[in-house]
Amino acid sequence: MKISNNRLKDGIANLEVFSATLQDLASKDRSIVVVTSDSRGSAKLNPFVEKYPEQIVEVGIAEQNLVGIAAGLASAGKKVFAVSPACFLTARSLEQIKNDVAYSDNPVNIIGISGGVSYGPLGSTHHSLHDFAVLRAINNITVVAPADNFETEMAIKQAAEMDSPVYIRFGKKPIPFLSDNGDFQLGKARMIKEGKDVAIIATGETVYPALEAALLLEEEQGVQVGVISMHTIKPLDYSILSEVAKNYPIILTVEEHSVFGGLGEACASYFMENGFTNKFKIMGIPDEYTVTGSQSEILDYYGISEKGIAETIMKLFA
Amino acid sequence: MIRRIFLKNKKMTNQELEIKSLQYRKKVLKYIKLAKAGHTGGSLSCTDILNVLYNEVLNVSPDKFSDPDRDRYVQSKGHSVEALFVVLADKGFYPESKLETLCKFKSHFIGHPTKKVPGIEQNTGALGHGLPICVGTAIAAKLDKKSYKVFTLLGDGELMEGSNWEAAMAASHYKLDNLVAILDYNQLQITGATKDVCNSDPIDSKFEAFGWAVRHVDGHDIKELREAFGQVPFEEGKPSFIIAHTNKGKGISYMENSIKWHHGVPNDEQYILGQDELDKQLESIKNSEITKR
Repeated sequence: MKISNNRLKDGIANLEVFSATLQDLASKDRSIVVVTSDSRGSAKLNPFVEKYPEQIVEVGIAEQNLVGIAAGLASAGKKVFAVSPACFLTARSLEQIKNDVAYSDNPVNIIGISGGVSYGPLGSTHHSLHDFAVLRAINNITVVAPADNFETEMAIKQAAEMDSPVYIRFGKKPIPFLSDNGDFQLGKARMIKEGKDVAIIATGETVYPALEAALLLEEEQGVQVGVISMHTIKPLDYSILSEVAKNYPIILTVEEHSVFGGLGEACASYFMENGFTNKFKIMGIPDEYTVTGSQSEILDYYGISEKGIAETIMKLFA
Repeated sequence: MIRRIFLKNKKMTNQELEIKSLQYRKKVLKYIKLAKAGHTGGSLSCTDILNVLYNEVLNVSPDKFSDPDRDRYVQSKGHSVEALFVVLADKGFYPESKLETLCKFKSHFIGHPTKKVPGIEQNTGALGHGLPICVGTAIAAKLDKKSYKVFTLLGDGELMEGSNWEAAMAASHYKLDNLVAILDYNQLQITGATKDVCNSDPIDSKFEAFGWAVRHVDGHDIKELREAFGQVPFEEGKPSFIIAHTNKGKGISYMENSIKWHHGVPNDEQYILGQDELDKQLESIKNSEITKR
């Protein structure tokens, strides 16, 4: 199959969109407060700090404290964004997320930057392949991985207005414009491309290679592949899952996360419990010592790429 | 200039508050016995602190609880919740009869504070969480230029949790003189003496080194507690730390300074003995008041 990276229009990193969106929100709302753990540079928040120095709380390298302080700020009426690399935020401060944010119902927006294997060669200490799984098992938190710039902006804006906790995770590489579909609502999946033979349900920045694979298969093989951005992993959009199961004989899920406990297993349990027996495959990072390399090398190795996803789909036809 | 805490209810004498403490202790014992569960020793060690806080210091009441300008109290040593439940009932947040449901199926009155109970600010129970949350709320007060104060009660065993020290650093970094942490320094934890389990002494110089203003008080002396709370912030620009020297199991001789009563529940005989001891102390205070008159 011919691989092409030129089908989609350019975009910027979701991280940059996040930073710009926060500045936009802060310009209109003094109650927006960003809490960082020596992470303002990584989070591209330096322009925010310059413009709104009164609306940032720096806690230093202390992620547990980051989330505890964020909860305390939120309980006093602030619209809080607690920003730190996803790997630390959802592991080291998991108890603070569970107790101080979710259980105590303090509506903090927990922003996991450089999610998945964004930090590539820095190794597993810096990867977050567990965050969807652990947060899915915690009551009272919405779990979101926006696919592109549009979804990121909308997710941040909607989260700011929610009165319950939200976790949003994204990466730092540029993501192209994926769809003209301008509908976005947390909890409702976004149809990126219609199809009929195969549906790819992807989340976060794997929607991009999923769409590329779909376009490639259409061009090269005449296979009609639907692509759905399941940006909200919890609560899952069951109505679209039901539609997908009824209309597509083959379903593939894709995520930059462990194959355990993430989007794929969430979909699988819905399909099984509701009697759907479509051919089904979960693509993600397998349960092994993660291969070393850059983000794109790691994802390529595990088949989370245009080529890898297209090949996996062709095998499902076999 | 940060305002000094205004002591709202000057009507009560020290003796009246001492009587209240004994009445609270009797109720703590009663409801723990009824529930067949509870952290008896720690609840008895922090009773006087909660008494002074809720009757003298905190600007909170049932009708003001949604007021954004109210003082905040977060009980970080959440397991001593029975004392807090008894005090909140006395302050009118709910009828005392609710405590008959303590630890029962579907009751909101569980073994740790939850916001389902009127008067509770934060859900606690896991140790090392209260101080970071209070740092956040105290920062919010500063950002909003509000004058409310934020209080938290810590256990000395709890200080072994590293998150406290992250919060302690941030509190002085942000010059949170609107934050007051009280240490229930009873020097015991479930395994034994804190100094034997993993010594955290000297606590005063540690907190001073972290930029806090520190005072020692007798945590069972109403007068000393009132004076200490009346003087916060101890230093402008610094968070205040009150080391309240307490006795785990205070007021019931066979429970005092004994780890057995960390979460021990009295049997019938022990219960009667405990209530008798508290009654005698009550009588003695009342008699001393009469003598004075």
